[in-house]
Amino acid sequence: MAKRQLNPNYYEARRAAQVVFIYLNTRYGSPYKLFGLQTVYSATVEEVGDSGRKYQLKLSVQEIPTDATEKCSAEVFFQRGGKQSPPQVQVLGLKELLKIKTKAKEEALYQKYKAKDPLLSVQYLPDSQGNMDPDMEPFWYLCIAASSFIMLSESTENTLYNMAQVASLTQLPTENNQLKFDSLILLHDIVSQEIPRWKLLFTWSPAEGVKVLQMEQQPRRNG
Amino acid sequence: MSTILKGGTDSGSERLSDQVIRIDVRSERQIQLLQALETEEEFELDFWLQPVSTELPVDIRVPRSSLSSVKEYLHVHDIPFTVMIDNLQELLNQEKAEMEMNQMSEHSTRSFNFGAYHNLETIYSWMDTLVAQHPNVVTKLEIGRSYENRPMYVLKFSTGGSKRPAIWIDLGIHSREWVSQATGVWTANKIANDYGHDASLTSLLNTMDIYMLILANPDGYVYTHTNDRMWRKTRSQNPGSVCRGVDPNRNWDAGFGGPGASSFPCSDSYHGPFAHSEIEVKNVVDLVKGHGNFKAFISVHSYSQLLMYPYGYSCSSIPHQSELDSIGKAAVEKLTSLYGTQYKVGSICNIIYQASGGSIDWSYDMGIKYSFAFELRDTGRYGFILPAAQIIPTASETWLALKHIMEYVRDHLY
Repeated sequence: MAKRQLNPNYYEARRAAQVVFIYLNTRYGSPYKLFGLQTVYSATVEEVGDSGRKYQLKLSVQEIPTDATEKCSAEVFFQRGGKQSPPQVQVLGLKELLKIKTKAKEEALYQKYKAKDPLLSVQYLPDSQGNMDPDMEPFWYLCIAASSFIMLSESTENTLYNMAQVASLTQLPTENNQLKFDSLILLHDIVSQEIPRWKLLFTWSPAEGVKVLQMEQQPRRNG
Repeated sequence: MSTILKGGTDSGSERLSDQVIRIDVRSERQIQLLQALETEEEFELDFWLQPVSTELPVDIRVPRSSLSSVKEYLHVHDIPFTVMIDNLQELLNQEKAEMEMNQMSEHSTRSFNFGAYHNLETIYSWMDTLVAQHPNVVTKLEIGRSYENRPMYVLKFSTGGSKRPAIWIDLGIHSREWVSQATGVWTANKIANDYGHDASLTSLLNTMDIYMLILANPDGYVYTHTNDRMWRKTRSQNPGSVCRGVDPNRNWDAGFGGPGASSFPCSDSYHGPFAHSEIEVKNVVDLVKGHGNFKAFISVHSYSQLLMYPYGYSCSSIPHQSELDSIGKAAVEKLTSLYGTQYKVGSICNIIYQASGGSIDWSYDMGIKYSFAFELRDTGRYGFILPAAQIIPTASETWLALKHIMEYVRDHLY
């Protein structure tokens, strides 16, 4: 099937582009680094035999703490069968944003919390009014990075995910030199308008980045 | 002691009030003398600062009938004093007046904090002060009640006439989209205050009315404060289900029950048992149909930074597609000019998703040509929980777009 040009402002391109920065956040997200979508310039889609659909995008990505942007291109492959396997993403041409140094801040945070007593325990980041203690912002970023693993695995051509709120974040004792956290994350899927709730157990260190140990969807809230 | 302290008439001018006098104590002897004075009950002295040490002053409120005697006593014993408060009653009157003014201004819209999220009670009581302050241009109409029997109030901006061509604006139909309701509050205040000062708005209100429903889903809004910040729907009970609520923006009679709406009561996009089953929707439908002269219908949501026109229930173009598209693009240009906030313009079905039963599809199919839906800030970083600090910037930029649309409608009445 031939490549079809997509309107970069319409939802098909937008949903594929969302997967790109969700993917980037799984690879590079940290307490001091996250990526967001800036603009989609162009997009095409084509069927790949029977196995799925491939989107090719030219877009600009924003690095969130500094607001720096960079143009790049990306390919997103959604396999047939929906959620059986997560979309496969390749990003080309992202150089400058990856050079932005965050190691010193990450190391300082890591050292501070490595032997923290008492361990960190926080609820609702941000709070209902959108506010949070500035000391907690790196943990909010960290949760966005960690929940990106969930969002990537759940993404299809019919979803558009963001993290809505961290319901709770509990630090567990440091293990194998990794900070360890148990969390309850609220996601938002714009297409279904649902708020999926996920329990997420993960580790982080400047050296190893974010690693997910366990993720489990929780039942819907009664109400 | 008491032979000197005789109650007597004042030799000077008539004193109308108590006074407060201050003594800078110099010696232990003076302390003893003041302590003795304190025991003279007939003078009814009220020591604001007790005679305890030479480090501290002594303040005494002296009733007017005792003033001359007390001052005589202090002169005789060489205790210098100053009159701190010459006329206590006058001071008390002043303070009372100030307090009353402060209380009034706390309730006035001048000091209402538009940069914060408020609960239903606060917003409802603020509405009354807005109406009280601008009686020539704002009235409050109760258009019906919610499922849980809360009043639904529309602010009507009008300078007279009878069923003038009107603009409809609803906000907060999805209760978790807090920046929508907050934008409504700011905008209502803006319209009321700009009338008579802004030429364009004044000319608009001289020929058209604006109807604004700030809390289109009062029950949901209360629930987001008391139980679940992420609640979207109404709070109606669904027979046979533990799950409550219907998505009020899938409940309108426009492609009702079609794609993009769920038939599952627990779903956040549940369309409900039938079109207009939700009283919150029915109240608006009845008002708009009964009025019969609305020319524009605008629904305000968050988030995603979009300005959209019909349809959601179908991806085919409406007859007025190119006109609405160009109005939208011009409105967004004005919005972006304030802080650089980027918006996309297009039909609901193309821009976000196919979604049936939406309000602006209904209004468009009713013949209200200028039907638009806003999705305000942001694009997902904070999402529904937009920091309160962004309320006023969001409302201010959105106002430029709203104003553009309203001015266009004013200039293209049909």
